[in-house]
Amino acid sequence: MREGGMPVLERQKMPAQDAGERITNFNEVALGLTEKQVIEEAKRCLQCKKPQCMKGCPVEVKIPAFLKYVAEGDFDNAIKEIKVDNALPAICGRVCPQETQCEQACILSKKGASVAIGYLERFVADHERNKGVEAPHLPEPTGKKVAVVGSGPAGLTAAADLARMGHSVTIFEALHEAGGVLIYGIPEFRLPKEIVRAEVEYVKRLGVTILLDSVIGKIETVDDLLSGFDAVFLGTGAGLPSFLKIDGENLSGVYSANEFLTRVNLMKSYRFPDYDTPIRKGKHVVVVGGGNVAMDSARCALRLGADEVTVVYRRSEEEMPARAEEIEHAKEEGIKFRLLTNPVRIIGDGKNWVTHVECINMVLCEPDSSGRCRPMPLAGTEHMIESDVVIIAIGTSPNPLVPRTTQGLEITKHGTIIAKEDGATTKKGVYAGGDAVTGSATVISAMGAGKKAARAIDEHLK
Amino acid sequence: MPFEILEKQELVPTIYLMKISAPRVAKKAQPGQFVILRINEKGERIPLTIADFDREEGTITMIFQTVGKTTAHLASLRAGDELLNFIGPLGNPAHIQKEGTVVLVGGGVGVAPIFPQTRAFYEAGNRVISIIGARSANLLLWEDRMRAVSHELYITTDDGTKGHHGFVTDIVKRLLEDGVNIDRVVAIGPPVMMRAVAGVTRPFNVKTIVSLNSIMVDGTGMCGACRVLVGNETKFACVDGSEFDAHLVDFTLLMNRLAVYQPEEKIALERYKCEREGCLC
Repeated sequence: MREGGMPVLERQKMPAQDAGERITNFNEVALGLTEKQVIEEAKRCLQCKKPQCMKGCPVEVKIPAFLKYVAEGDFDNAIKEIKVDNALPAICGRVCPQETQCEQACILSKKGASVAIGYLERFVADHERNKGVEAPHLPEPTGKKVAVVGSGPAGLTAAADLARMGHSVTIFEALHEAGGVLIYGIPEFRLPKEIVRAEVEYVKRLGVTILLDSVIGKIETVDDLLSGFDAVFLGTGAGLPSFLKIDGENLSGVYSANEFLTRVNLMKSYRFPDYDTPIRKGKHVVVVGGGNVAMDSARCALRLGADEVTVVYRRSEEEMPARAEEIEHAKEEGIKFRLLTNPVRIIGDGKNWVTHVECINMVLCEPDSSGRCRPMPLAGTEHMIESDVVIIAIGTSPNPLVPRTTQGLEITKHGTIIAKEDGATTKKGVYAGGDAVTGSATVISAMGAGKKAARAIDEHLK
Repeated sequence: MPFEILEKQELVPTIYLMKISAPRVAKKAQPGQFVILRINEKGERIPLTIADFDREEGTITMIFQTVGKTTAHLASLRAGDELLNFIGPLGNPAHIQKEGTVVLVGGGVGVAPIFPQTRAFYEAGNRVISIIGARSANLLLWEDRMRAVSHELYITTDDGTKGHHGFVTDIVKRLLEDGVNIDRVVAIGPPVMMRAVAGVTRPFNVKTIVSLNSIMVDGTGMCGACRVLVGNETKFACVDGSEFDAHLVDFTLLMNRLAVYQPEEKIALERYKCEREGCLC
């Protein structure tokens, strides 16, 4: 594909909304490459004989094949090629951490900059959506029925793959809208909800039925489902928020990131009072944590109109689990970072509203079992940060509702569902994947787990 | 999949009954559980306790009081209208078994959720003493229904227009002081009332259960908006409750957290009234 034999080392830059402008709205930050940029970028692909990029993709997209079409300007075939393996390309093109997956494995990353695979995936998916998505080809029905619990990335992927294998699939979703974390967690400015809806619509066109408002464990148990379905896939995610367990955490104005983001994203409280769900906007917002969820919370708080947003993280920037791009975006927008800092208590006024977060400085010692340096508090460094809204974004664990109500479904001491590599749980006919099994991870790893489980379920049903 | 309103009536001023067609929810509903509903696309999700259910008919009945925009809007709907979302049954069922003598206390709109429990305790063979209270006689709910499932029924009104002139706690206290052997008290009503009941029963060491209706979003343990402090431990009312040991509940925290959105609620309600009634603002 390259001209003259030398690879082009410079990568196309993603146009973005100006930082000063974008903090006043919830519109998407990254604007997408132009058609010309996309073709130029795809031409950088070396079409390796043994493509490493594919090994880096949990859902096994045939990356060189789709890039070849893109380089030729044949976007229709490019998206067809992607959709063989990935039913949610517009989502993945936006929220996958490509820099640690396909793009990290790209041979060009060692010579300069990898091919911007994510940007290209996003472009062809958007191109197709703007044109109108073609009706997918539907296989002969097998007569087997599968229930999928949860409509997040794992559930949607498992459902789409199972439907393409000819099984009749019903998804049970607890909330009033399908998409799981893609809807309630990831903000509009990073992943427009219209795009999630369009990709959910595509999964429905594959023949998948989605029942909303259906909390499994309450309206029906997994055991109930097994009387009407041949197999069950649990993609129930990790929706249970962790708290710091420090004094003052139940003060008014202290949110879990899950609550804050659900109000903003799912309930659209940033449009209050046009939408009914209220949110406390805050003048000085403190976000505790260093992952993508912390960045999302901080950037939402800023867009809601906070004067100052500070991220407090107990390790250094190097250890922050958030994507480099998200940290960069947050900094551009004026989010302040207090690294090597940890809250010790939250202080309120006479009316129980938070006024300050008391923090302590931390130092990094020897690496712990996760390979990261264990932070230790530095005595005598206690200090106050003024704050009227505090958002705790230190992680989540799986919701116990399903395990508690399912006979014979075993979980670990961390509450994650025990499942083999192919998703098989300790209960016959029940498979699981995504954050419910791994604890909170990424959209794409959940999709990879959904894909593997779909294969295993298909085998089980034969 | 919208949910049809089959019946709506104003029971007493500001308190309404609404019966919804929701067969899948009705099939599993039990006393003590609640639902979360959303009226329309722009609506908020609000929890309401299940006041009654009919599995055969496939219906859920709720009783609610108009306090903010969403409940005012709900009260304006009629039979034949639809709710966009109706999620449940949520929370844990009430713990009902044969205890001996059970005192059930319902205050204000809290009489509605106390009714299915009263009936269940009655049917489980307990001696049932009920105490229902309201600010005034015209606000008193379901006296006849409660009487039908109680061995003794006491009525209190704050202004003395019916029954005992005073509070429900006065009767609880009198029963305890008179030496009535009470095995369990269940109280549902405004947090101040539940706190007062807990205060009265604590010195007598009588097991007292309250049902906490906190602010919620999802109702499935996902957001933690409903967290309450019980015995110095943080619990989520939606999945760990709604029932808790009244003697362990931090009611001050509960009341503070219930008031978090008061300014926003005021804005929303005023705007709603303006839109409906027309205004000059």
